[in-house]
Amino acid sequence: MDLNTIWFILICVLFSGFFLLEGFDYGVGILLPFVSKNDDDRRIVINTIGPFWDGNEVWLLTAGGAIFAAFPHWYATMFSGFYLALALILVALILRGVAFEFRRKDNRPRWRSTWDWAIFIGSLLPALLFGVAFGNLLRGVPIDASKNYVGDFFGLLNPYALLTGIYGLALMTLHGAVYLSLRSEGEVSERARNIAKKLWLPVVVLLFVALGASYLFTDMYSKLGVDPGVVPILGGAALLSTIWFVRNKHDGWAFLMTALTIVTSVITIFTTLFPRVMISSLKPEWSLTIYNASSTPYTLTVMTIIAVIFVPIVLLYQGWTYYVFRKRVSKKSLAA
Amino acid sequence: MDALLLARLQFGITTVYHFFFVPLTLGLSILVAIMQTVYFRTGDPMWKKMTQFWGKLFLINFAMGVVTGIVQEFQFGMNWSEYSRFVGDIFGAPLAIEALLAFFLESTFIGVWFFGWDKVSKRVHLASIWLVAFASNLSALWILIANSFMQHPVGYVVRNGRAEMTDFLALITNPNIFTQYPHVLAGGVVTAGFFVLGISAWHLLRQSNPVFFTRSFKLATVYALIGAMMVGVVGHSQAQEMVQTQPMKMAAAEALFESADPASFSVLTIGDLTQRKEVFALRLPALLSLLAYNQFTGQVQGINDLQIEYQKKYGPGDYVPPVAFIYWSFRAMVGAGTAMLGLAAIALYFALKNNVAGNKLFLRLLPWAILLPYLGNSAGWLLTELGRAPWLVFGVMKIENGVSPASVVSNIYVIITIALFTLLYGALMGVTVYLLRRYATHDPDQETVALGAY
Repeated sequence: MDLNTIWFILICVLFSGFFLLEGFDYGVGILLPFVSKNDDDRRIVINTIGPFWDGNEVWLLTAGGAIFAAFPHWYATMFSGFYLALALILVALILRGVAFEFRRKDNRPRWRSTWDWAIFIGSLLPALLFGVAFGNLLRGVPIDASKNYVGDFFGLLNPYALLTGIYGLALMTLHGAVYLSLRSEGEVSERARNIAKKLWLPVVVLLFVALGASYLFTDMYSKLGVDPGVVPILGGAALLSTIWFVRNKHDGWAFLMTALTIVTSVITIFTTLFPRVMISSLKPEWSLTIYNASSTPYTLTVMTIIAVIFVPIVLLYQGWTYYVFRKRVSKKSLAA
Repeated sequence: MDALLLARLQFGITTVYHFFFVPLTLGLSILVAIMQTVYFRTGDPMWKKMTQFWGKLFLINFAMGVVTGIVQEFQFGMNWSEYSRFVGDIFGAPLAIEALLAFFLESTFIGVWFFGWDKVSKRVHLASIWLVAFASNLSALWILIANSFMQHPVGYVVRNGRAEMTDFLALITNPNIFTQYPHVLAGGVVTAGFFVLGISAWHLLRQSNPVFFTRSFKLATVYALIGAMMVGVVGHSQAQEMVQTQPMKMAAAEALFESADPASFSVLTIGDLTQRKEVFALRLPALLSLLAYNQFTGQVQGINDLQIEYQKKYGPGDYVPPVAFIYWSFRAMVGAGTAMLGLAAIALYFALKNNVAGNKLFLRLLPWAILLPYLGNSAGWLLTELGRAPWLVFGVMKIENGVSPASVVSNIYVIITIALFTLLYGALMGVTVYLLRRYATHDPDQETVALGAY
């Protein structure tokens, strides 16, 4: 396996980690207005992701940095091409990030509800737009011979990409609901579980509609073949089984299933793309690939050494924090 | 307006704004860690209270630094796609390493620190604030390694139309980093020092909790003094480095139009910028040579000679940065630094006399002095970045060649995002200042915000 492939896989891993972790952060943020009746509830909801959201977001920053380092043309084409969409994501992430810190600093209801809105919008918008972005990556976007995006902002909002966007949004919300039922107690946990029950079917339907649309709009099926392999099937099975675990209050298992669905969705997207990183809808040979978009072997070697040393360390200490803050959040635990 | 100007404006606004918050994070994280270490060692509850009081202000600032930093990771690709393509092989690596080594550590352990007061052992809790301080300052190192490449490119070769990395070790041991990094760190220390000094003075003037704020005042005095001295000493070495690698920046900073040996230091120069000559100047003889070479002789090249030299070397073009802007940025930076050194020395005098509340006028002055490091930090970066003009990567790539093609990122997109970021950043600055003021003027004995949970 060459270094370009290794970095493609590593970026897939980073995005898998990002959507797995930040996915439930977004879901929890989106559910904030729907599972809480009062400020105590809202505090419980926010505190379930309190110690983690910042570290989870770094998966995105690292993915961005890794794309820049390993595939500079991908970085340049995608972020200049998806300009306004990315700017919206950035504004949303800024608002959401400060909202967690600022909301608690004043207990006037208007102050708090303002920041609650910031958390809601700041979670909803990225959850939707990341799905739109990946839909466009799968479908292909107009890229010319000089590796530049030549479409416009509204070209990104095509039906297929909007569909994948809504699928992503729904899946992350379900993931968040399951996480919330796992990490909270009492009424909040109960409400989150009920929402998960209601959300499950729409997510399943969206997944199959998206898979059908992918047949029409992408080359997923010719890439993956009749037998798509174990990954997509595992993801589908995990999603289908989720409802059983939710109904029987096996919150941990339910969370594992939505986590699997997210990770397998990301892997399936990357497998379809491989070895391309951005498909040109104008001419296949204008697509960016892991070879024509990449850094030199020297840089890839240096970065590989650093990644091999530090990625496991990051996984260790981040995993450790999930262990430290493993207890369910309740009104009592917040009062202490 | 043209695309280049818009892109530069966007970068300038978002980056200067980001750097309003960074230095305080760098310096205050260490100071809070020191407070908690004393608490850990002595068990004195006063030090715990100090850790929590200053830690609370630290967190407000920290959040702003984090969220405005997200923009930095992506905007090279957004507005500077040609630059990203050209230097990605080199410039992307330190950015990715910064995220992997520093951001993960910082963001994970800030969570452990804030939420872990009663969930991890005292030792682990102390370690977590030190890890935050370490990681913040480590992230500064990596982003400055990236910036150093723009100031003084090393370890690369231009091949196939782009800069390719040939020597990672040379990249991370760029001579520029050895002066720039300590200068930025010292800037962080002095920013935190004056932040704590100013707020402590505010309380001492009102005699609210004098024991708490006397102790804070004294600690901050030492810290600010160390920072102010370091900033000056390292800044001096940095200027000497600059004379070697970017003499044009030095010449512009001094409005030195003609080469001179010995070169004098400008106290005030009024120049004719179209003719590029001096109209009026008040200069201290030979001082610039002394600053540049540690001796009273030695030629410092002037703007006009360098322009001729660069045209020969790099082809026709204008190689002169915006002189007046650079000149005044340099003066604002050095002026702020000198003022801080003076104020820190006065503070030390009162601290040693054990009479920190001795002079009301001085106490009234100090809260305003919180602004000084912000002036110095911002002016310093404007000098560093604009002084490199017209180069994006010195001697290798010009600014105009790095911007995203207008066919991809149209002017209207950039105008929209400038408006968006300016509005958002303006509003958030209002909120941040409101919160910092509110919590800075609280009596630490009357806590209202719970620790360990949002």
